[in-house]
Amino acid sequence: MADTQAPGRLDPGLSFGAAARFAAPIGLGVVFLVFFIATPDFLTMSNISDLLVSASILLVLAMGQQLVVTVAGIDLSVGSNLPWSAAVLGYAYTSGWGLTVSIGLALLAGLAAGVVNGLLVARLNMTDFIVTLGTLSVVSGLTLLLTSGNTVPVNSDFLRGLAIDGIGPLRWFWVLAFVVAALVGFLLYRTRTGTYLLSTGGNIEAARGVGIHVDRIRLIAYASSGLACGVAAVLFVARTGGADPSLQTDLLLSSIAAVVLGGSSLFGGKASVLGTVTGALLLQSLINGFTLVGISQYYQPIAVGTVVLGAAFISRFQK
Amino acid sequence: MTDTPARATGVSAAAPASQDAAPADHVVSPLVEITGLRKSFGAVHALQGVDLKLAPGEVTALLGDNGAGKSTLVRCLTGVHPPDAGEIRFRGEQIRFHSPDDARQLGIETVFQTLGLIEDLPVWQNLYLNHELTRGFGPFQLLDKKSMIAQSRAILSRLDVNVPNVRATVRRMSGGQRQCIAIARAANWGRTLVIMDEPTAALGVRETAAVEELIDRLREASVTVLLISHDMAQVLRVADTAYVLRRGQTAARRAVCATTGDELVGLITGAVLGDAHA
Repeated sequence: MADTQAPGRLDPGLSFGAAARFAAPIGLGVVFLVFFIATPDFLTMSNISDLLVSASILLVLAMGQQLVVTVAGIDLSVGSNLPWSAAVLGYAYTSGWGLTVSIGLALLAGLAAGVVNGLLVARLNMTDFIVTLGTLSVVSGLTLLLTSGNTVPVNSDFLRGLAIDGIGPLRWFWVLAFVVAALVGFLLYRTRTGTYLLSTGGNIEAARGVGIHVDRIRLIAYASSGLACGVAAVLFVARTGGADPSLQTDLLLSSIAAVVLGGSSLFGGKASVLGTVTGALLLQSLINGFTLVGISQYYQPIAVGTVVLGAAFISRFQK
Repeated sequence: MTDTPARATGVSAAAPASQDAAPADHVVSPLVEITGLRKSFGAVHALQGVDLKLAPGEVTALLGDNGAGKSTLVRCLTGVHPPDAGEIRFRGEQIRFHSPDDARQLGIETVFQTLGLIEDLPVWQNLYLNHELTRGFGPFQLLDKKSMIAQSRAILSRLDVNVPNVRATVRRMSGGQRQCIAIARAANWGRTLVIMDEPTAALGVRETAAVEELIDRLREASVTVLLISHDMAQVLRVADTAYVLRRGQTAARRAVCATTGDELVGLITGAVLGDAHA
């Protein structure tokens, strides 16, 4: 929201609130400093490059989550929507339908789950977290049915190139994640739809009162989140070389955490694309650093959860 | 999008438009004429034959006790409820609203009791909510922030609304400022009729005075206003005509200059018998 607010005038005496607004960049700085001191392997070109590649997947998911949170919703189904889209990609590809069709189907699969969420929440007025919790389970079941619970390997030179290559020093993943973030920022701050997303989240009755079709706007948010899952699934398959139906449920929490860390309100109406990008980078750096330092994997969920709880605590001071 | 900037000139442009429908006999021809309007919700007969005329460029007050049918009437007039029977004529033509969008198309805007501003959006975005100016075409329409900010300042200064910074969020505004912004928005887009549902119910004395001044300026700009209020003194101060509803019927119509607060109260409670179908 930085560019829609009054230029840099902060009330005095709100220093804690100001600190809360910059929680993500401050946290990112601290994490970088700590791991830089802890290990010489952290701040190297190759590690940062890899860190940004793995952050790209989370970033794309978080951008979809950002739109849903903007309309005062929450999308818990991303946890299984990503493996589902990945499984559709793997299934289609191993069935010999060609990569273009397979990627298209994967995007469509993600979008479809998002549209179902959107219809249930917006049209039938069902509670967002129950709906997406339900689809989380349904979609994970569909994934298991489709793959019989097995990992589907995807051997594609194009996808491998997508994960490894890039334009000059810029990896394709970064470019894609940047494009997605730029699109979301553009949508939110430069288009009517963005204004309606913020209005619907900020005060749904008022938005309805001025004639905004709030149902359609909420549907757009959930559908976008589903599509983002599809995009993230393509990146995921490219990076891991296959679709594992059982993996990556921790991306659900991380996607919500990135949005909260970035300073967006879970009550809706406030969005910060830059903040969410920073939040995603912070979480990924944390996991990356832990691995480098050799701390057991079992501590990672504890660390991520603690950061999320900290962010939730800090956001209390953000009024 | 060539028509939007023209519309954005708002109040001053709207004034001649609302009169040129009937330039010769502007005294007689009402902007809105409601006759025999009925609306029931199951066994509850909310409206049982309401008659009402809104003269163009006047402030008409709508009075009535709780449950008299004021809100239902307003909802029929803004397209929220379809009436069961009776007719609504707009500039002489009978109309049927199928949705609030239809009413909005005719330039009817409402200021709700519960404001209807988005607190985390800046003032200019609230003023232009759902009427955004854009550049470009097709799916590549960008918000034209510069124009909207500049014209927001113009809209507010024309109505003498005291908001120092249109780029500040509404959250930073006082209750009075918010209500003035909400009214300014309705007046700007309500090219034909602005309906206000108890606009000063939640305001302090000074803020109420500011809103009443704003209503006066709307009248000077020939905007037609339908004002729902419980405050007799306020009705006597700002309205030209007052209608009293009682049990879903029009109990009386009074010119404000020819009535008293006591009479209006009597009409509302039923102590003074009305001359129904006035």
